[in-house]
Amino acid sequence: MPAPIFDTLQQELVPTSGPAVVSHGVLVFVLTPAELLPTARRLRDAFGFDVFLDVTAVDWLGQVPRFEVVHHFYSTRHTLRVRLKTRVAEADPGVDSLLPLYGSAAFMERECHDMYGIRFHGNADLRPILLYEGFVGHPLRKDYSKTHEQPLVPYRN
Amino acid sequence: MYARTIPIVPAVRSGQGSKDASFEYLTTRKDELIGWARKFSIFPYPFVTACCAMEFMAVSASPYDTDRFGAALPRFSPRQADLLMVVGTVTHKQAPVLLRVYEQMCEPKWVMAFGVCATSGGFYQNYAALPGIDRVIPVDIYIPGCPPRPEMVIDGIMQLQDRIARSSHPILTKDF
Repeated sequence: MPAPIFDTLQQELVPTSGPAVVSHGVLVFVLTPAELLPTARRLRDAFGFDVFLDVTAVDWLGQVPRFEVVHHFYSTRHTLRVRLKTRVAEADPGVDSLLPLYGSAAFMERECHDMYGIRFHGNADLRPILLYEGFVGHPLRKDYSKTHEQPLVPYRN
Repeated sequence: MYARTIPIVPAVRSGQGSKDASFEYLTTRKDELIGWARKFSIFPYPFVTACCAMEFMAVSASPYDTDRFGAALPRFSPRQADLLMVVGTVTHKQAPVLLRVYEQMCEPKWVMAFGVCATSGGFYQNYAALPGIDRVIPVDIYIPGCPPRPEMVIDGIMQLQDRIARSSHPILTKDF
Protein backbone atom coordinates (compact mmCIF):
# COMPACT_ATOMS: atom_id res chain seq x y z
CA MET A 1 0.00 0.00 0.00
CA PRO A 2 1.56 3.30 -1.03
CA ALA A 3 2.28 5.88 1.63
CA PRO A 4 -0.04 8.91 1.91
CA ILE A 5 2.83 11.12 0.82
CA PHE A 6 2.70 9.34 -2.54
CA ASP A 7 -0.48 11.09 -3.66
CA THR A 8 0.47 14.34 -1.99
CA LEU A 9 3.70 14.47 -3.96
CA GLN A 10 1.93 13.71 -7.21
CA GLN A 11 -0.53 16.53 -6.65
CA GLU A 12 1.64 19.23 -5.10
CA LEU A 13 5.01 18.80 -6.81
CA VAL A 14 4.33 19.28 -10.50
CA PRO A 15 7.22 20.30 -12.77
CA THR A 16 6.64 21.93 -16.14
CA SER A 17 6.77 18.57 -17.90
CA GLY A 18 3.71 17.36 -16.01
CA PRO A 19 3.04 15.39 -12.86
CA ALA A 20 5.19 12.52 -11.72
CA VAL A 21 4.74 9.10 -13.22
CA VAL A 22 5.10 5.84 -11.32
CA SER A 23 7.77 3.44 -12.51
CA HIS A 24 8.29 0.18 -10.60
CA GLY A 25 6.70 1.77 -7.54
CA VAL A 26 8.98 4.81 -7.63
CA LEU A 27 7.74 8.32 -8.34
CA VAL A 28 9.63 9.77 -11.29
CA PHE A 29 9.85 13.50 -11.89
CA VAL A 30 11.15 14.74 -15.24
CA LEU A 31 12.73 18.16 -14.78
CA THR A 32 14.46 20.91 -16.65
CA PRO A 33 17.98 21.79 -15.41
CA ALA A 34 16.68 25.01 -13.85
CA GLU A 35 14.04 23.14 -11.83
CA LEU A 36 16.43 20.61 -10.30
CA LEU A 37 17.79 22.54 -7.32
CA PRO A 38 14.44 24.07 -6.24
CA THR A 39 12.72 20.69 -6.55
CA ALA A 40 15.38 18.93 -4.50
CA ARG A 41 15.21 21.67 -1.89
CA ARG A 42 11.45 21.31 -1.66
CA LEU A 43 11.68 17.52 -1.42
CA ARG A 44 14.09 17.84 1.48
CA ASP A 45 12.46 20.71 3.38
CA ALA A 46 8.75 20.22 2.74
CA PHE A 47 8.39 16.48 2.18
CA GLY A 48 11.11 15.01 4.40
CA PHE A 49 13.41 13.39 1.85
CA ASP A 50 16.45 13.45 4.07
CA VAL A 51 18.71 10.93 2.33
CA PHE A 52 20.43 11.64 -0.97
CA LEU A 53 20.95 8.13 -2.33
CA ASP A 54 22.80 8.56 -5.58
CA VAL A 55 23.36 10.57 -8.69
CA THR A 56 24.18 8.92 -11.96
CA ALA A 57 23.53 9.53 -15.63
CA VAL A 58 22.26 7.79 -18.73
CA ASP A 59 23.89 8.31 -22.10
CA TRP A 60 21.20 8.25 -24.81
CA LEU A 61 23.67 8.36 -27.68
CA GLY A 62 21.99 9.73 -30.81
CA GLN A 63 19.17 11.50 -29.00
CA VAL A 64 18.90 15.21 -28.33
CA PRO A 65 19.48 16.17 -25.58
CA ARG A 66 21.94 13.38 -25.10
CA PHE A 67 22.38 12.90 -21.35
CA GLU A 68 19.93 12.25 -18.57
CA VAL A 69 21.09 12.98 -15.02
CA VAL A 70 19.27 10.80 -12.51
CA HIS A 71 18.99 11.63 -8.82
CA HIS A 72 17.50 9.33 -6.19
CA PHE A 73 16.23 10.44 -2.80
CA TYR A 74 14.88 8.51 0.15
CA SER A 75 12.71 9.58 3.02
CA THR A 76 13.34 7.78 6.30
CA ARG A 77 10.06 9.19 7.65
CA HIS A 78 7.88 7.94 4.79
CA THR A 79 10.17 5.05 3.72
CA LEU A 80 9.74 6.16 0.14
CA ARG A 81 12.05 6.79 -2.77
CA VAL A 82 11.72 9.32 -5.58
CA ARG A 83 13.67 9.74 -8.76
CA LEU A 84 14.47 12.98 -10.58
CA LYS A 85 15.46 12.90 -14.23
CA THR A 86 17.05 15.91 -15.87
CA ARG A 87 17.97 15.96 -19.55
CA VAL A 88 21.09 17.94 -20.44
CA ALA A 89 22.63 18.65 -23.83
CA GLU A 90 25.92 17.25 -25.08
CA ALA A 91 27.41 20.70 -25.69
CA ASP A 92 27.13 21.75 -22.05
CA PRO A 93 26.31 18.71 -19.92
CA GLY A 94 25.81 20.46 -16.60
CA VAL A 95 23.30 20.71 -13.78
CA ASP A 96 23.34 22.50 -10.45
CA SER A 97 25.21 20.78 -7.67
CA LEU A 98 23.18 19.58 -4.70
CA LEU A 99 26.09 20.36 -2.38
CA PRO A 100 24.16 23.17 -0.61
CA LEU A 101 21.51 20.61 0.38
CA TYR A 102 23.39 17.37 0.97
CA GLY A 103 27.07 17.12 1.94
CA SER A 104 27.17 13.60 0.54
CA ALA A 105 26.66 15.03 -2.93
CA ALA A 106 30.35 15.97 -3.13
CA PHE A 107 31.72 12.48 -3.73
CA MET A 108 28.77 11.17 -5.74
CA GLU A 109 28.92 14.09 -8.14
CA ARG A 110 32.65 13.53 -8.54
CA GLU A 111 31.98 9.93 -9.55
CA CYS A 112 29.30 10.99 -12.02
CA HIS A 113 31.68 13.54 -13.47
CA ASP A 114 34.35 10.81 -13.78
CA MET A 115 32.16 8.40 -15.64
CA TYR A 116 29.91 10.62 -17.76
CA GLY A 117 31.50 14.04 -17.82
CA ILE A 118 28.51 15.75 -16.28
CA ARG A 119 29.55 19.05 -14.75
CA PHE A 120 27.96 20.07 -11.46
CA HIS A 121 27.82 23.83 -11.09
CA GLY A 122 28.68 24.72 -7.52
CA ASN A 123 30.83 21.65 -6.83
CA ALA A 124 34.32 23.09 -6.98
CA ASP A 125 36.09 19.76 -6.44
CA LEU A 126 35.45 17.59 -9.48
CA ARG A 127 38.86 15.87 -9.44
CA PRO A 128 38.86 12.19 -10.41
CA ILE A 129 37.71 10.00 -7.54
CA LEU A 130 37.56 6.52 -9.10
CA LEU A 131 39.66 7.25 -12.17
CA TYR A 132 43.21 8.53 -12.01
CA GLU A 133 44.83 11.84 -12.87
CA GLY A 134 45.54 12.03 -16.57
CA PHE A 135 42.65 9.81 -17.67
CA VAL A 136 41.24 11.21 -20.90
CA GLY A 137 37.53 10.88 -21.60
CA HIS A 138 34.62 9.45 -19.69
CA PRO A 139 34.49 5.64 -19.78
CA LEU A 140 30.78 5.03 -19.25
CA ARG A 141 29.78 7.14 -22.22
CA LYS A 142 28.51 4.97 -25.04
CA ASP A 143 31.11 6.27 -27.48
CA TYR A 144 34.02 5.25 -25.25
CA SER A 145 35.43 2.05 -26.78
CA LYS A 146 35.49 -0.84 -24.33
CA THR A 147 38.88 -1.95 -25.68
CA HIS A 148 40.49 1.45 -25.12
CA GLU A 149 43.16 1.25 -22.41
CA GLN A 150 45.01 4.06 -20.68
CA PRO A 151 47.72 2.25 -18.71
CA LEU A 152 49.70 4.10 -16.09
CA VAL A 153 52.63 1.69 -16.35
CA PRO A 154 54.21 1.10 -19.77
CA TYR A 155 53.59 -2.43 -20.98
CA ARG A 156 56.54 -4.79 -21.06
CA ASN A 157 56.01 -5.79 -24.69
CA MET B 1 58.66 -33.16 -15.81
CA TYR B 2 60.96 -34.94 -13.42
CA ALA B 3 62.10 -34.27 -9.92
CA ARG B 4 65.74 -34.43 -9.07
CA THR B 5 66.80 -35.68 -5.74
CA ILE B 6 69.97 -34.69 -4.06
CA PRO B 7 72.43 -37.51 -4.15
CA ILE B 8 73.63 -37.80 -0.63
CA VAL B 9 76.68 -39.94 -0.28
CA PRO B 10 77.39 -41.00 3.29
CA ALA B 11 80.95 -41.02 4.29
CA VAL B 12 82.32 -44.48 4.84
CA ARG B 13 85.68 -44.54 6.44
CA SER B 14 87.74 -47.38 5.23
CA GLY B 15 88.10 -50.08 7.79
CA GLN B 16 85.68 -48.65 10.31
CA GLY B 17 82.38 -49.51 8.66
CA SER B 18 80.31 -47.00 10.58
CA LYS B 19 76.63 -47.96 10.47
CA ASP B 20 75.12 -45.02 12.32
CA ALA B 21 73.07 -42.38 10.56
CA SER B 22 75.45 -39.47 10.98
CA PHE B 23 76.94 -38.07 7.81
CA GLU B 24 80.47 -36.93 7.78
CA TYR B 25 80.05 -35.17 4.48
CA LEU B 26 77.80 -35.23 1.47
CA THR B 27 78.36 -34.46 -2.14
CA THR B 28 75.92 -32.68 -4.38
CA ARG B 29 75.82 -29.92 -6.94
CA LYS B 30 75.59 -26.41 -5.60
CA ASP B 31 72.57 -25.50 -7.74
CA GLU B 32 70.70 -28.60 -6.67
CA LEU B 33 71.38 -28.01 -3.01
CA ILE B 34 70.33 -24.38 -3.09
CA GLY B 35 67.35 -25.17 -5.31
CA TRP B 36 66.26 -27.90 -2.91
CA ALA B 37 66.52 -25.48 0.01
CA ARG B 38 64.73 -22.68 -1.78
CA LYS B 39 61.87 -24.76 -3.10
CA PHE B 40 60.82 -25.66 0.43
CA SER B 41 61.15 -22.19 1.87
CA ILE B 42 58.89 -20.09 -0.31
CA PHE B 43 57.80 -16.99 1.57
CA PRO B 44 54.75 -15.63 -0.23
CA TYR B 45 53.66 -12.03 -0.28
CA PRO B 46 49.90 -12.08 -0.91
CA PHE B 47 48.94 -9.15 -3.15
CA VAL B 48 45.24 -9.75 -2.60
CA THR B 49 42.82 -7.49 -4.42
CA ALA B 50 39.57 -9.34 -5.04
CA CYS B 51 37.34 -12.33 -4.46
CA CYS B 52 40.10 -14.90 -5.13
CA ALA B 53 41.20 -14.03 -1.58
CA MET B 54 38.53 -16.42 -0.32
CA GLU B 55 40.16 -19.24 -2.23
CA PHE B 56 43.56 -18.12 -1.04
CA MET B 57 42.33 -18.43 2.55
CA ALA B 58 40.84 -21.84 1.80
CA VAL B 59 44.08 -23.16 0.36
CA SER B 60 46.10 -21.71 3.23
CA ALA B 61 43.88 -23.20 5.94
CA SER B 62 44.33 -26.63 7.42
CA PRO B 63 42.23 -28.78 5.02
CA TYR B 64 44.60 -28.02 2.12
CA ASP B 65 47.51 -26.61 4.07
CA THR B 66 50.14 -25.00 1.89
CA ASP B 67 52.49 -25.34 4.84
CA ARG B 68 53.20 -28.84 3.56
CA PHE B 69 55.09 -27.18 0.72
CA GLY B 70 56.91 -24.73 2.90
CA ALA B 71 54.82 -21.92 1.45
CA ALA B 72 52.44 -21.05 4.23
CA LEU B 73 53.92 -18.15 6.10
CA PRO B 74 52.90 -14.94 4.35
CA ARG B 75 55.29 -12.06 4.75
CA PHE B 76 53.48 -8.75 4.65
CA SER B 77 56.58 -6.92 3.61
CA PRO B 78 57.76 -7.48 0.04
CA ARG B 79 61.34 -7.14 1.26
CA GLN B 80 61.01 -10.38 3.22
CA ALA B 81 59.17 -12.33 0.53
CA ASP B 82 60.32 -14.26 -2.51
CA LEU B 83 56.98 -15.30 -4.04
CA LEU B 84 54.57 -12.58 -5.13
CA MET B 85 51.09 -14.09 -5.24
CA VAL B 86 48.83 -11.73 -7.17
CA VAL B 87 45.38 -12.81 -6.07
CA GLY B 88 42.57 -11.06 -7.91
CA THR B 89 41.89 -8.33 -10.42
CA VAL B 90 44.49 -5.63 -10.87
CA THR B 91 43.29 -2.33 -12.28
CA HIS B 92 45.25 0.18 -14.30
CA LYS B 93 45.10 2.47 -11.28
CA GLN B 94 46.71 -0.21 -9.15
CA ALA B 95 49.38 -1.32 -11.62
CA PRO B 96 51.99 1.18 -10.34
CA VAL B 97 51.49 -0.22 -6.83
CA LEU B 98 52.00 -3.77 -8.05
CA LEU B 99 55.14 -2.76 -9.92
CA ARG B 100 56.51 -1.00 -6.84
CA VAL B 101 55.87 -4.06 -4.67
CA TYR B 102 57.58 -6.29 -7.23
CA GLU B 103 60.60 -4.02 -7.45
CA GLN B 104 60.97 -3.98 -3.66
CA MET B 105 61.35 -7.76 -3.51
CA CYS B 106 64.86 -9.13 -3.32
CA GLU B 107 66.25 -11.63 -5.80
CA PRO B 108 65.57 -14.46 -6.20
CA LYS B 109 61.86 -13.85 -6.64
CA TRP B 110 58.97 -15.53 -8.37
CA VAL B 111 55.51 -14.36 -9.33
CA MET B 112 52.31 -16.37 -9.31
CA ALA B 113 49.20 -15.13 -11.16
CA PHE B 114 46.42 -16.53 -8.99
CA GLY B 115 43.11 -16.76 -10.81
CA VAL B 116 42.00 -15.80 -14.26
CA CYS B 117 41.88 -12.03 -13.63
CA ALA B 118 45.55 -11.83 -12.69
CA THR B 119 46.35 -14.19 -15.57
CA SER B 120 44.61 -12.43 -18.42
CA GLY B 121 42.10 -9.94 -17.06
CA GLY B 122 39.48 -12.68 -17.09
CA PHE B 123 36.04 -11.56 -18.13
CA TYR B 124 36.93 -7.92 -17.66
CA GLN B 125 37.56 -6.02 -20.84
CA ASN B 126 37.05 -2.39 -20.03
CA TYR B 127 38.71 0.89 -19.15
CA ALA B 128 39.60 -0.19 -15.64
CA ALA B 129 41.07 -3.70 -15.65
CA LEU B 130 44.65 -4.59 -16.49
CA PRO B 131 44.49 -7.47 -19.01
CA GLY B 132 46.91 -9.72 -17.17
CA ILE B 133 49.65 -8.76 -14.75
CA ASP B 134 52.28 -10.01 -17.20
CA ARG B 135 51.83 -6.71 -19.03
CA VAL B 136 53.59 -5.09 -16.09
CA ILE B 137 55.75 -7.72 -14.33
CA PRO B 138 57.13 -11.11 -15.41
CA VAL B 139 55.07 -14.10 -14.26
CA ASP B 140 56.38 -17.59 -13.49
CA ILE B 141 53.21 -19.56 -12.79
CA TYR B 142 49.68 -18.96 -14.05
CA ILE B 143 46.74 -20.53 -12.24
CA PRO B 144 43.47 -20.25 -14.19
CA GLY B 145 40.02 -20.54 -12.71
CA CYS B 146 37.45 -18.17 -11.35
CA PRO B 147 38.33 -18.82 -8.61
CA PRO B 148 40.83 -21.69 -8.88
CA ARG B 149 40.24 -24.84 -6.91
CA PRO B 150 42.66 -25.40 -4.04
CA GLU B 151 44.01 -28.41 -5.92
CA MET B 152 44.94 -26.14 -8.81
CA VAL B 153 46.79 -23.79 -6.48
CA ILE B 154 48.67 -26.67 -4.90
CA ASP B 155 49.52 -27.98 -8.36
CA GLY B 156 50.79 -24.50 -9.25
CA ILE B 157 52.94 -24.38 -6.13
CA MET B 158 54.39 -27.81 -6.91
CA GLN B 159 55.16 -26.83 -10.49
CA LEU B 160 56.86 -23.71 -9.21
CA GLN B 161 58.86 -25.84 -6.77
CA ASP B 162 60.02 -28.03 -9.64
CA ARG B 163 60.97 -24.96 -11.59
CA ILE B 164 62.93 -23.54 -8.66
CA ALA B 165 64.69 -26.85 -8.12
CA ARG B 166 65.69 -27.12 -11.76
CA SER B 167 66.90 -23.59 -12.29
CA SER B 168 70.39 -22.32 -11.69
CA HIS B 169 71.10 -20.48 -8.49
CA PRO B 170 74.13 -18.29 -8.93
CA ILE B 171 75.87 -17.11 -5.79
CA LEU B 172 76.89 -13.94 -7.53
CA THR B 173 74.58 -12.28 -10.04
CA LYS B 174 75.35 -9.58 -12.52
CA ASP B 175 73.99 -7.02 -10.09
CA PHE B 176 75.82 -8.28 -7.04
